[in-house]
Amino acid sequence: MAREDTYLEIRGHLAKLTDEELEARFWELAQRVVDPMVELARTHTSPSIERSVLMRMGVDSPTCMAVAGECEKRGLLGHGAGQVVLHCATTWDCAAPEAARKLAAGEGWDAVEQKWGGAR
Amino acid sequence: MKPLDPDQKLDVAALLEDLESYRPRRKGWHWREQVPDQKLHKFVYKETSKGLARSIPLPAAHYFGDIDPQPDCVVTTEIASGRFEDDLRRMRMAAWHGADHMMVIRTAGQSHMDGLLEGTPEGVGGIAVTRKQVRATRKALDLIEDEVGRPINFHSYVSGVAGPEMAVMFSEEGVNGAHQDPQYNVLYRNINMYRSFVDAAVAKHVMASVRMAQIDGAHNANATAVEAWNVMPELLVQHAINCAYSVSVGMPKEDICLSTVPPDAAPAPCMRMDLPYAVALRDFFGGYKMRAQENTRYMEADGRDATVSHVMNLVISRLTSADIQSTITPDEGRNVPWHYNNVAAVNTAKQSLVGMDGLREMVKLDRDAPELNQKVREIKERAVLFLEAMLEDGGYFGAVEQAYFVDSGIYPETHDDGIARKSDGGVAAGTIVPRAADYLAPVCHHFGENHLPEGYDAEGGPAAGEAAPGLRKPCDLIGGCTLCDAEKVPFIDELDPEDNVNARLAQTAELREKGLIKPEVEWAADGWVVVTLFLPAAPRVAEFAALEFGKAMNLQECEVINKQVMHPAEGTLIELKGRLDVVVDPARLVIPPEPVVMKDEEIKAFVIEKGIKCVAATVGEDEHSVGMREIIDIKHGGLEKWGFSCEYLGTSVPVEKVLDAAIEHAAQVVLISTIITHGDMHRNNMEKLADLAVEKGVRDKLLLISGGTQVTDELARSWGMDAGFGRGAKGIGVASFVVRTMRKRGM
Repeated sequence: MAREDTYLEIRGHLAKLTDEELEARFWELAQRVVDPMVELARTHTSPSIERSVLMRMGVDSPTCMAVAGECEKRGLLGHGAGQVVLHCATTWDCAAPEAARKLAAGEGWDAVEQKWGGAR
Repeated sequence: MKPLDPDQKLDVAALLEDLESYRPRRKGWHWREQVPDQKLHKFVYKETSKGLARSIPLPAAHYFGDIDPQPDCVVTTEIASGRFEDDLRRMRMAAWHGADHMMVIRTAGQSHMDGLLEGTPEGVGGIAVTRKQVRATRKALDLIEDEVGRPINFHSYVSGVAGPEMAVMFSEEGVNGAHQDPQYNVLYRNINMYRSFVDAAVAKHVMASVRMAQIDGAHNANATAVEAWNVMPELLVQHAINCAYSVSVGMPKEDICLSTVPPDAAPAPCMRMDLPYAVALRDFFGGYKMRAQENTRYMEADGRDATVSHVMNLVISRLTSADIQSTITPDEGRNVPWHYNNVAAVNTAKQSLVGMDGLREMVKLDRDAPELNQKVREIKERAVLFLEAMLEDGGYFGAVEQAYFVDSGIYPETHDDGIARKSDGGVAAGTIVPRAADYLAPVCHHFGENHLPEGYDAEGGPAAGEAAPGLRKPCDLIGGCTLCDAEKVPFIDELDPEDNVNARLAQTAELREKGLIKPEVEWAADGWVVVTLFLPAAPRVAEFAALEFGKAMNLQECEVINKQVMHPAEGTLIELKGRLDVVVDPARLVIPPEPVVMKDEEIKAFVIEKGIKCVAATVGEDEHSVGMREIIDIKHGGLEKWGFSCEYLGTSVPVEKVLDAAIEHAAQVVLISTIITHGDMHRNNMEKLADLAVEKGVRDKLLLISGGTQVTDELARSWGMDAGFGRGAKGIGVASFVVRTMRKRGM
């Protein structure tokens, strides 16, 4: 909806603020805008985030794609794709990239299912 | 790889060898080293930084001891032609002119790719940003920064659907800066807003771990809004959201750069409109860095027009502040930037910033001026009102659903033309997942809930300080992550056997191997050239006539890239591009040796000691005097400058008269200017002058010199002269010749 410029009518409560107070108010409001988004981010993950975890574990990008994709399909992303790979690497006593390669090839998902349950 | 040799081209094929084992030698951003009160030549500079070991100074530098002062701020150039292997050569050119921030634009569509690309596929309007391209570029920049003697920042984009992965790859590969702003995803790429913010937190946290500089995306509102000058309050809000969000997820303030553009351009009274905005922004965001970008919103195809706008933008940078001065190539209004326009833009920035060095000490903004003072306050208040309303309307996500952003009204005015996005819509909607009670990521620098076993420090990693005493790093669970151990970073070479750098290099291999030359502006051997034509015709007629001229010049794919009306009927200026499919073999060129010129003082001393006199004339039936004036007039840097006494006899002078005058004035030098004629008049005149001098017994007392646009030294000598000077000759060349020859002959 288009609106006329109401600046002069609605600025009354700001008029008495000093420049410093106005700046402080600006940043206080900005913080209030971002706080719920920071909380959302702190408590959520995404396919790209999980792939970025696998990357940091030394996994190449096509393998990250395959493993995170399968985790997403099986409803496991919320546990962390990195944790899925870590669990397998521990079970199989191999390095994380090697475990990820096996998972990408479709191997070992039964071990994953045993821990976190079947595909949703 | 061996260090670069300034006389050798960058060997891209050699650069690509052994890439799998190449690792970045440093991480994080580099700011220029400031040198207060720097003395260069006869000047003291107030706002410059450490100089370069190798560089190409501004054109006028030879008047000023060839100095090349480097401004205090980082200077950016944006390079991305679609083929990174050609971009590397352009980066080297830009670095020699003073760029130390190479910003690489991504290929169209990459921001919508949910995952990373690999290999070296060709891009459109940018390059596919992949690990191989990033690594090869960083390797090239390491060589280039050694060549010029200043660290170079490499920069690309951590935006799009795969932001966290880009951030990790960039951190591993030593990328020094990146655009990261989830609002950009939401508004301009229609990527789901929840996904964008959730991803951004992780991406920013990783970037912070290597102290990558972050640039936000607020300036895009200027480039998008219909009336860009009205988005100023919103711009403050966009900057604030990205800044507050970044700090909240762990990014240091000093690594956060605001991308800010003066929103207006002439014929608007742009500086008076843009200054209050620049001031308001710097007032509110004092702890952050300013990346001053140049205006593109009102950029047309005329490079001169764009350059003037950019210089006005640079005045604002100098009157306020800029930590990074970005540059836009003057041809961006008409094509993907060309090699030499990157250099042009860098030089516009360098020239303006150095030219305005220290200006702030004499010219200050008058903060008490009623208009400036009132406008600054008004922009700030409008921004606060914007934030207040957002909070009432459901916060950021609610505000975006209600099209708060990129509205062309000046808030609280709205024109109802903002960008609206649905919170459950857009690319990758519905893809965020709550972290479960056992969520675990066994890696360092991971943002958010992470249920590590007892005794672990969730942050970990070497860059942000080792794990707290007595605690272990998250990646100890897997024996190290790639951020702690570079050897763990995997490398994929190529996935596509056809679309890759090797295939592209093969196409131009013959040219490189044989050292052949073909014009180029973007890619090796692309053949593009530009022709400037003034056509005495109306614009539409001129445009189509120009295409015919292009064909006649043997140019292919001709296209008019700029036209400017000089007068509706009298004429139009046209810039025409076309491909020239011609190759030149330098081995077959006959290139005469460069004339060796002497130092001013040396010439002056000799000329004064000998009291050298010249007699000069345009001979034959020729009324031209311009060329001769250039050679003798002090105003044009001619012979008089070094104390030669010159007697100019005029035009159409018979050679007999010239020689008589030389004898009468006891001159040592005779200068004749002549055009080349079909009737061999020029040859006759030269031969006659030489013969007469012999007849009158003065040949060995005189230096006989002829000049003219078509005269060559070889021809002139064969016709009895001591020397000939052709097109482009300068007084210094003639003066050097005279002094050297008189010395040699003991005259």
